[in-house]
Amino acid sequence: MTFTDLLNTLGVPMALLGAVLAALMAGIGSAIGVGMAGEAAAGALTEDPSKFGKVLILQLLPGTQGIYGLLIAFLTLSNIGILGGSADISFAKGMLYFFACVPMGFVGLWSAKRQARASVASINLISRKPDQFGKSIILPAMVETYAVLALLVSLLAVANIGKLPL
Amino acid sequence: MPELYPYAAARIHARELSLLSRQNLDQLLAAKTYDECLHSLRGLGWDEGDTAEEILAAETERTWKLMGELLPEPELFQLFRLPADFNNAKAAVKAVVTNVQTHRVFLPGGSIQPETMVKALKDNDFSSIPAWMAKPLQEAQQLLLKTRDGQLCDVLLDKAALDAILQAGKSSECALLKEYAELFVAAADLKIAQRAILTGRPAPFLKEALAECDTLNLPRLEAAALEGMNGLESYLSLTVYADAIPALKAGASAFDKWRDDRIMTLIQGEKANPFTLGPVAAYFLARQNEIAMVRIILSAKRNGLDVEDVQERLRMMYV
Repeated sequence: MTFTDLLNTLGVPMALLGAVLAALMAGIGSAIGVGMAGEAAAGALTEDPSKFGKVLILQLLPGTQGIYGLLIAFLTLSNIGILGGSADISFAKGMLYFFACVPMGFVGLWSAKRQARASVASINLISRKPDQFGKSIILPAMVETYAVLALLVSLLAVANIGKLPL
Repeated sequence: MPELYPYAAARIHARELSLLSRQNLDQLLAAKTYDECLHSLRGLGWDEGDTAEEILAAETERTWKLMGELLPEPELFQLFRLPADFNNAKAAVKAVVTNVQTHRVFLPGGSIQPETMVKALKDNDFSSIPAWMAKPLQEAQQLLLKTRDGQLCDVLLDKAALDAILQAGKSSECALLKEYAELFVAAADLKIAQRAILTGRPAPFLKEALAECDTLNLPRLEAAALEGMNGLESYLSLTVYADAIPALKAGASAFDKWRDDRIMTLIQGEKANPFTLGPVAAYFLARQNEIAMVRIILSAKRNGLDVEDVQERLRMMYV
């Protein structure tokens, strides 16, 4: 076995590492975020249970990053043959899949945590001023923009790496 | 980074809606009689108890109960319990040394049971008392036995209380509690200096009574107080308490109002803080303030005081 053959056996593990990274980091971020927003939501609901519908939406906002991470991981696993099909992935392609997953992993983790803080602040806002729900939902939703941008980059890259002649 | 308390902060921000506003106080003040004022107060949700004292005690109890539900460890707000602890220490020392009954002399809300202090003083065994209280308690007892001077005993315990409050503030992870403790001790020092000027107290009194804090230089404050109000004014104009000068000149009541308004200004920023214990501490202070204001109004109504005189004494409100 040549060195190149040996290296190419690492293609699938590298791509798998990327998929794990995307699902793991974005998932951790969302778990932290939804948990923190949930604590604030429980505090608001203890005093006024009628706000359940409003605080639930704010609590769920940081949960989307975990779903995006799962989507990227699922697409990567599908492309590298782990969910069926050919598993013939060179080291270079494996590295490309790895790097394609990095934006979703890191941005997912960070944006979920920051979005959770914005959601907690918004839950506090509607606790004091229930009529400001419309504005309060826009503020944490702005953070979502960057998670969506990272999703787009990772999605386009993962979907097109297979077409490269490597 | 301080620990985050999103549950407590969100719950307390929702509770802020039920705090009394200045309009509510004006409504109470507008009552023609004491009974009408009490009726309006009940209409605002202060309805536990038959007499004014019972209603105010119930509101204080409700606040502590809420703090108990929100704080994972009661020690987090130890700072707020210290004034009651040291007040009870004064009463316990005097009761034991002069051998009088301790009926209705203790305040609720302390962290040490008054009976424990009385027992420790009687048995001369302070092992059941926390170290921050054991030493001053023992010293106060010795001093009172030796001099029979209740004022000296009070000065010793008051200074120990200020030292303990500052220490509790410094060891807290909550930025608001640190600032509050510093302001509380500095305001107490300024009040001591004001009292010393008005009553002509000598330098040794100031040395015994003034407590260390970061925003005042004690030797300079002592020297300034010995020079009189002009000396105090000259020194304070160089400190962060320059705005206290008119209140200090106006008298004890005006200075108390300045201190309480300054505390209300300090806590205003916590309305926009959704994470730390700051909003909970701010709510507690706001509740103490509104209970004090209702007490002033009820007392004024009971004694038929002029509405304008009362309005001058009303403090800033949190909401």
